[in-house]
Amino acid sequence: MTATYPFEAESPTGDLATVGTPAVRVDGVEKISGAAQFVDDIDFGPGLLYAAIVESPHAYARIVSIDTAEAEQASGVVRIATGKDFPYKFGMYMEDRYIFAQDYVRFVGEQVAGVIARSHREAVRAAKLIKVEYDLLTPLLDPRSAVAEGADLIHPDLAAYTHVPWFFPEADTNIAHWRRIRKGDTEQAFADADLVLEDTYEVPRYAHCAIEPHVTVSRLDPAGRLTVWTASQSPHTQRHLFAQALAPLGFTHKDVRVITPYVGGGFGGKAGVSMEILGAAMATLVKGRPVKLRWTREQEFYNTYQRQGVVAELKVGVMNDGTITAVEHKLYWDAGAYVEYGANVVNAAGLSATGPYRVPNITNDSLCVYTNLPPGGPYRGFGYSEFHFGLESHMDRIAEAIGMDPVKFRKKNAIVEGDELAYGAHMNPSGLHEAIDKTAAAIGWGIEERSDNPNTVIGKGIALFWKAPAMPPNASSASFLKFNEDGSVNIAVSGMELGQGYLTVMAQIASEVLSVPVDKIRVETPDTDRNPYEWQTVASHVTWSSGLAVEKAALEARSKIFDVIHQVYGFEDDSLYLEDEAVRCKTDPSFSKPLRDFVIDGIQTDDGTWRGGPIVASGKFMPEFTNANSDPATGQGGHPNVHYTVGATGVVLEIDKATGRIWVRKAALAVDAGRAINPDLVKGQITGGLVQGLATVLFEDMRFDEGGRMMNPTFTDYKIPTAFDIPDEIIPIIVEVPQPDGPFGARGVGEHTMIAAAPVIANAVYHALGVRITSMPITQEKVAMSYLATTMSEGNQEE
Amino acid sequence: MDLNFTVNGETWALDVAPADVLLDVLREKAAVKSPKIGCERGDCGSCTIIMDGRTVRSCLVLAVEADGHEITTVEGLSFDGLSRLQGLFLSNNSFQCGFCAPGIVLAATELLERKPNPSRHDVQEALAGNLCRCTGYEPIIEAVLAAGAGGDQ
Repeated sequence: MTATYPFEAESPTGDLATVGTPAVRVDGVEKISGAAQFVDDIDFGPGLLYAAIVESPHAYARIVSIDTAEAEQASGVVRIATGKDFPYKFGMYMEDRYIFAQDYVRFVGEQVAGVIARSHREAVRAAKLIKVEYDLLTPLLDPRSAVAEGADLIHPDLAAYTHVPWFFPEADTNIAHWRRIRKGDTEQAFADADLVLEDTYEVPRYAHCAIEPHVTVSRLDPAGRLTVWTASQSPHTQRHLFAQALAPLGFTHKDVRVITPYVGGGFGGKAGVSMEILGAAMATLVKGRPVKLRWTREQEFYNTYQRQGVVAELKVGVMNDGTITAVEHKLYWDAGAYVEYGANVVNAAGLSATGPYRVPNITNDSLCVYTNLPPGGPYRGFGYSEFHFGLESHMDRIAEAIGMDPVKFRKKNAIVEGDELAYGAHMNPSGLHEAIDKTAAAIGWGIEERSDNPNTVIGKGIALFWKAPAMPPNASSASFLKFNEDGSVNIAVSGMELGQGYLTVMAQIASEVLSVPVDKIRVETPDTDRNPYEWQTVASHVTWSSGLAVEKAALEARSKIFDVIHQVYGFEDDSLYLEDEAVRCKTDPSFSKPLRDFVIDGIQTDDGTWRGGPIVASGKFMPEFTNANSDPATGQGGHPNVHYTVGATGVVLEIDKATGRIWVRKAALAVDAGRAINPDLVKGQITGGLVQGLATVLFEDMRFDEGGRMMNPTFTDYKIPTAFDIPDEIIPIIVEVPQPDGPFGARGVGEHTMIAAAPVIANAVYHALGVRITSMPITQEKVAMSYLATTMSEGNQEE
Repeated sequence: MDLNFTVNGETWALDVAPADVLLDVLREKAAVKSPKIGCERGDCGSCTIIMDGRTVRSCLVLAVEADGHEITTVEGLSFDGLSRLQGLFLSNNSFQCGFCAPGIVLAATELLERKPNPSRHDVQEALAGNLCRCTGYEPIIEAVLAAGAGGDQ
């Protein structure tokens, strides 16, 4: 009995019933009625203990001594933990991090000790009584100085660290990974080019700012089972890393259970493992008692993954007819003190730093550089948002330099299906050209608009984007599916509902195959003991990957249903189909057997015996065409990415020439979803991602002082958008060129919607004022000062 | 110290410390979990509650200040089914992760009581103290406008 694939609609009209419709999200009522439960909302009773962490005030120092004597005597204190309790390393892609600092601290905020007490207040009070003596070292805060000859080594033992095979650390340097791409002959192409444009672009660090802070509750029960409730995008990866790191304490995977209720926003910040391992480890010291650790908003800023800063040196060669002939992109990433996750951001960017263009000659160098700033890590866009700022700014500048319209120039070079990628594989089908055309039309590209206000000017910009999921080549998803007595369905998966609508989309996919309405399908958030494997909810891959696993489980269930009907009634399987929660037969239109009549109890035959039984099924998906093996010197030979999602963003903005204030009057974003399983949810991603991206370019900015301390770790000083700070009009555009191996043709769109937001503003500012700003953010002040400088220099020339 | 107050129509008599914050007392002692802990300094609005008809940030109110007052949280709005506004939030896909939703539902409810037919600017102003990182606000604003008496501004 094999499931047929791909699934074809079998209703008489051939139309899909659920996929492609804006089904109301299955978690909607819970969320607007206050019923939705987040980790911090779970009651653990009077035995609950609270943890507080002692953090390093220094960016780089040797720990001389830790004196916990006074804290141990403080009221309410149950236990104190330091690095001595857990001399264990962990890491997602590279094991370069300890649970608690061992001999050195490498960023302001690094965890040195922890207090477990009977109340939160007592834990915080006792943490202040722990005295740590440090021997201060000079921090390295800038990636270019950290790669300079003779720079101090932040990780002298780098060469000995365990890491995935596709990382290439440079021993005795601060370069934890160097992704090289060499394709064609870049030098020759630059020599032959009609125009070569070279510049450097700078992107600072950014914070995710999910409104729910990181929180975790861990309990080691007296029988030796460790349960961790956690606000996480990655329950199975967390279980794996907890089990690995704590293996010296005798844990195996079956002893560790991770339960993840609703998550109050992730954006990559709750992927992998960060503070959660502190709670898990500390709970092992107080057997039987649950321990809660919740980050404050300040810690949320400086002590979780941050989006890495980057300095991008970009050189592009082009012919007068607009053909791009060569790209050289050197990316120096400020990856922070530990790169166990962030090094893969660097890797992903290096593989794809040409952007969505056909480029025959490529030299990409993406360097993951240790600095003494907080650990970098995944953030919606995963390196692509960062390099697109320079790349898409550059494309406008080249178009202008050769006298070509920027949209026409992009369309001439835009990648199409079958084009060779930087690492030698080939581009998947995509609707990039359609996305460009529709975006340009939506913002009235080419139509000059003048402001009625003499103090303001109007500018338009356009920028393209692409992104592939960055994952291990064998990242997998799985699903379980079971029917209930009334024909309703429960599905167990381990992707996370982060707000993107994952649960709804999984229900829609199963609904389509089984003809069971979405409101009779329950899909819930994971528990690693009950739900099957999912790598992580990152990379915009779960609609595709977990969706395939659910589709396969539904197809398997359908086969089992048909098998029962065949046993009892003799119809051939291929004559059967499902419609309106019943089995129908193409050869006998009068036949209809409702699912609720037999999916648990089976069907009674003429002799009084029964056939069938509970319908249960499973599905899994792992890409079997990918591999991460490539030549370290050239990046050629592998197939590291499954596919790319592409699109375009355009804006119309108005700028006050005197103050630099920018109003985004209109923003359009077209993304190729392959197939929008739920168009409303795709539009939600477009609107939300676009506003998040616009904030990174217009006002957000992490500031660090010369000692490496973040200066603005509050919403008062690190502004994120309010209801006032959004475009006057947002035009979401869904393009659908199917992904051949996607569920109903779907591919992911979650991250992509923020990727081009920064360069599109840079390009529109240039269009409005003739001022090119090459560092983010493009603040009001920067715009005003740059424009003032141009007008003053123009004035001087006139004299 | 004694704290006597009403939460969603139910009266409570609690013993609290002078420094206890209303948000923590509501969550830990008064059985409502919808006001969330987001920033603990009044920036994010996820702890929004309605006290005597006006929205307040419960992280900035001492528990004892609520003595004798009447508090409504989103749990209290939903006893008899969803409000019209909640229904519009649902059909409009207004929320994603849902963490800010309880605060925004209350802020918008208060606005509509005060001003049944708000303009877009009114809605933006009423919600400007409630941060949402997922949605870009647009689907929230549209739902509140639709809930307005005319919904046609």
